[in-house]
Amino acid sequence: MLNLILRRLMTAIPTLLAIIMLSFLLMRIAPGGPFDGERALAPETRAALEAAYGLDKSLPEQVMLYVGNVLTGDFGPSLVYRDFTVTQLVAQSLPISLLLGGLALILASVIGISAGLFAALRAGKWQDEMLMLGATLLTALPTFVTGPLLALIFGLWFGWLLVSWQGDGIRWLILPVIALSLPVAGAVAKLARAGLAGQLGQDHIRAARARGIAPLTILRRHALRPALVPVASYLGPAAAGLLTGAVIIETVFGLPGLGRYFVQGALNRDYPLVLAVVTLYASLIILFNLAADLIYGWLDPRMRQG
Amino acid sequence: MRAPLIIVAAIALAALLGPLLLPWDHASIDWDSVRAGLFADGHLLGTDDLGRDRLARLLVGTRITMSVALAAALVALVIGVVWGAVAGWVGGRTDEVMMRIVDGLYALPFMFVVILLMVVFGRSIFLVFLGIGAVEWLTMARVVRGEVMALKQRPFVLAAEAAGSSGSRTLIRHILPNVAGVAVAYLMLTVPQVVMVESFLSFLGLGVQEPLTSLGILVNEGAEEMDVNPAALLLPGGVLVTVIICLTLAGERLRDRLTGTGRAAESAQ
Repeated sequence: MLNLILRRLMTAIPTLLAIIMLSFLLMRIAPGGPFDGERALAPETRAALEAAYGLDKSLPEQVMLYVGNVLTGDFGPSLVYRDFTVTQLVAQSLPISLLLGGLALILASVIGISAGLFAALRAGKWQDEMLMLGATLLTALPTFVTGPLLALIFGLWFGWLLVSWQGDGIRWLILPVIALSLPVAGAVAKLARAGLAGQLGQDHIRAARARGIAPLTILRRHALRPALVPVASYLGPAAAGLLTGAVIIETVFGLPGLGRYFVQGALNRDYPLVLAVVTLYASLIILFNLAADLIYGWLDPRMRQG
Repeated sequence: MRAPLIIVAAIALAALLGPLLLPWDHASIDWDSVRAGLFADGHLLGTDDLGRDRLARLLVGTRITMSVALAAALVALVIGVVWGAVAGWVGGRTDEVMMRIVDGLYALPFMFVVILLMVVFGRSIFLVFLGIGAVEWLTMARVVRGEVMALKQRPFVLAAEAAGSSGSRTLIRHILPNVAGVAVAYLMLTVPQVVMVESFLSFLGLGVQEPLTSLGILVNEGAEEMDVNPAALLLPGGVLVTVIICLTLAGERLRDRLTGTGRAAESAQ
């Protein structure tokens, strides 16, 4: 097990370094710099600014400098929010995004797994048909439509829930978490149904049934864990989906999370900010893929050798 | 499978021909009726806060979203089929390396790659579909590779080889035509994916730019004024969701019929 973790980390670290370097280079070959404004700057001012931000060094030097700084937790100054370093901006917004994404992941797993298992136990019946149609609909609904729609119905028409960030309390989180979790819940339900339906047809389950073991015991002891393997393998893509969804949800509901800074940074060409967010997102996704591998091993002992 | 396709075709036809029948285009401003309600001054769906006809904007937005989606899906089709066919046909080491690359790319969050491309190379409509097409070909490549590998073993391919057909000729004349059906099914499943990505980018202001419009832009504008005019959100959102759902359902059914996977195979177990 430890061996597996170490081996995964050995490939994860170079991947991450490569992502940091590549996105840095991509940003630097972009036409248009952060100091290209309406009016041309005086050459001296421009030179002073470039020296202050380290833009006058050679490209390889800049890359090495940047990677070194990132490894010590310094993402450099923001080019747009002049009074803040990128690390400060990220430190402020990351907890909000993690809370939002974490709660949405839990909600999506609970709803998705229970709906999927129930559908598999009723395979071919109308409950199955309805649940799977619902799951298809959920995965097809884009968050940027469901988000405003939920806000409109529950926030404005019924007035039950808050539609935007109010600084504190927990009520503002309810709608964003629901909106964010819906597509993931649909995908999880489909996978859980396929997983359990596949397991129930297997020989060892039929053998257990033939020996007269109670259906619920069969489900709990023999079928459930291997049935969840497809769900676990979806953890990596789910993390990516939640991160992209969070960008939309934070914009729609006005939450000051990481995704909003990412969009602002992308619109303003705030290179250090965009780079920091991409690096963080990439690390999160690598982390989730690692977690998925570990959960596999726990769910299905045959995969522990890996 | 018929009904969803008819709905999509009707929407596409309306988006294509509808704007020709209207006296306004999507960007022209009617100064005499700004923020008009339904049916006011001949504007069937009213006008927005700049006095632009909402119906014209909805139709043109649908047209642009659907054409970007089709173009991007075609880009994905070409890359995916070529990549998958080569990997499946050549096999061995080459296949392993090519599929490793696909696996690696699967782990990346596409949306951020596209956004990064937009930031770096500026926001043009060509880049929107090239960029989206360049990240949505992975599933296509996997499926085509699997099909090609299965077909490679079939007697008619061996017969073609025995008759002296060269490798590339066998691939193009005998194998690819047999892959076409499945490729079309996955093309149909790629289009709604691309619709989503395009609207996502446009919603954030990173995709299609004014004065052009797209469903994503209209949903974004609608969300701003949904408290006073819910129709501004519900109409473009409704069209978008209908297109995505109909294409997904039709594509899934076509795929299941052609590959024998999915629901039918599961219940047969």
